[in-house]
Amino acid sequence: MSKGALPVNDGKLSMEGRRKKRAHLSLYTGLIGLAILCLFPFYLMIMYSTHANADIASTFLFFPGGELVNNFTRMVENVDIFRGFMNSFIIAGGSTLLTLYFGGMTAYGFSKFKFRFNTILFLLMLATMMIPAQLALIGSYRWLGMIGLLDSHAAIILPAAANTFAVFFIKQFLDGSIPDDVLESARIDGAGELKIFHRIILPMIVPALAAIGIFTFIGAWNNFIGPLVLLFSEEKYPLPVMVALIQGYYNTDYGLMYLGVAMSVLPIIIVFSLFSKRIMGSVAIGAVKG
Amino acid sequence: MFINRINKGNCGYFFIAPFFIVFLLFGLYPILYSFYLSLTNWDGLNDPEFIGLANYTRAIIDPLFLQSLFNTFFIWIVSVVPQLTVSLVLAVILTNTFLIGKDFFRAVYFFPNIVTAASLGLLVSLMFDWQTGSVNQLLMSIGFLDQAIDWKNNALFMQMLVSAILFFQYFGYSMLIYIAGLQGISPEYAEAAKVDGASKIQIFFKITVPLLKPIIIFQVITSLIGGVQIFDQPYMLTEGSGSPNHATLTSVMYLYRTAFEQGRFGYGATIAFCLFVVIVSLSVISYLVSRNRSKIA
Repeated sequence: MSKGALPVNDGKLSMEGRRKKRAHLSLYTGLIGLAILCLFPFYLMIMYSTHANADIASTFLFFPGGELVNNFTRMVENVDIFRGFMNSFIIAGGSTLLTLYFGGMTAYGFSKFKFRFNTILFLLMLATMMIPAQLALIGSYRWLGMIGLLDSHAAIILPAAANTFAVFFIKQFLDGSIPDDVLESARIDGAGELKIFHRIILPMIVPALAAIGIFTFIGAWNNFIGPLVLLFSEEKYPLPVMVALIQGYYNTDYGLMYLGVAMSVLPIIIVFSLFSKRIMGSVAIGAVKG
Repeated sequence: MFINRINKGNCGYFFIAPFFIVFLLFGLYPILYSFYLSLTNWDGLNDPEFIGLANYTRAIIDPLFLQSLFNTFFIWIVSVVPQLTVSLVLAVILTNTFLIGKDFFRAVYFFPNIVTAASLGLLVSLMFDWQTGSVNQLLMSIGFLDQAIDWKNNALFMQMLVSAILFFQYFGYSMLIYIAGLQGISPEYAEAAKVDGASKIQIFFKITVPLLKPIIIFQVITSLIGGVQIFDQPYMLTEGSGSPNHATLTSVMYLYRTAFEQGRFGYGATIAFCLFVVIVSLSVISYLVSRNRSKIA
């Protein structure tokens, strides 16, 4: 008996129908309330970034103001926000490309070749997912300094070539949906192993790459402690670190700070509204198989 | 043909080699090197000076480190219990019930999860500002408050606020994982129970929850690993101070401050390893506890 069951000419049933209706109404109220709670802070963030400092300091603001351009001009004069955008794109884009290419390669190696230690190496790799990133932080700091990579984007991008979760995720896909026959027939046609990977496998795993790619991009975009520790030059900071910088320098200029937060979150909002189904799908796949 | 097979098998090494080279260079080696540094005094400039386990004996009696551990776990527990409960209920609602806009609700609840944690921390910090924050102004404009409350001076409130941010960011994520788990459960169980006269609540507690147990354990352990690493939100919320009275100083914030602000890198590395030992022990304990329980049942 779902919502479709209409009350018939029977006192008992119509009472039950009414109770069901009430239950549904309160359920919807709860769900919508929670949805508003999830979005409201971001609504306020955007509204507040369009107001002047004096207004923000004096009243609660619900509607947009006319100070967006002023806030923006002030921000651009003080912080090179476009530089931050570019740095974030370089870091997130570079990390994503490395993760996808080497993740695909590693997953392919584990999935389609029966070499010794295959299972052991794979399990070992999975075990490293338990290790918190902070464990390597201080060692990396000195080690990257010794090899001259400290204060460079490479220090943050390069480790993305060893993304365990991506390997795991892509391997699941390869195991499940790419039959070995495809490889056999390519080999019979005389294709080299690398060529098979580039020409046949990579195009076939595009759906898995797309899912994990969006996820990696968001993760790298949001990375905070890594760049905070490993980069020193302001002109190399990605947006989250730049936002921290804004807080440190201009912490009485509220309009500017709200705008900074809004601009650092905006690309994520756009990515999410474009790919929400895919992002949510990849969360579920990765988790349940684990 | 047989030899050919074996050769092809060995090609696998070629494909996995880059991953392991990068992992050794940027993953494993820095970890081992961190361990070495945890046995030294290192100021970040001069050469590290080997001092054995002195950092470790200092860490286990360092009141600020112990407090940071307490803060971290207190904040984690306060956020994770409602997170895992609310998300389970939501998952059941958004899977089983006939509802309009299921996909919409799922997407909206998940959205906070992908927002930059550092930016969210600053946003909440701005909203809870004593004089200019929107929360005080909203409460005052609807007549709920006569004068502004200095939220940021209340230790317990600030801890709760960090927990609330974590809840806000992660309940949608756990909900999605529960939904995926629920979709793996055959509806026949619930239907059979229904025929036998079980109520919805009975089905939830007697069938859904036990069948979801592996997922619940997975969630507890992954959220534990994530929870121990809390840094971005409290750092931005308190401008890196962990105020008031170190109430929101998490262990990773303490690590960051010790190493990168005070230049005590050796001791910072020690804190990282102590934290790792804590994570591993707690993960093992939670795994064993859940296994024993299932034996009894």
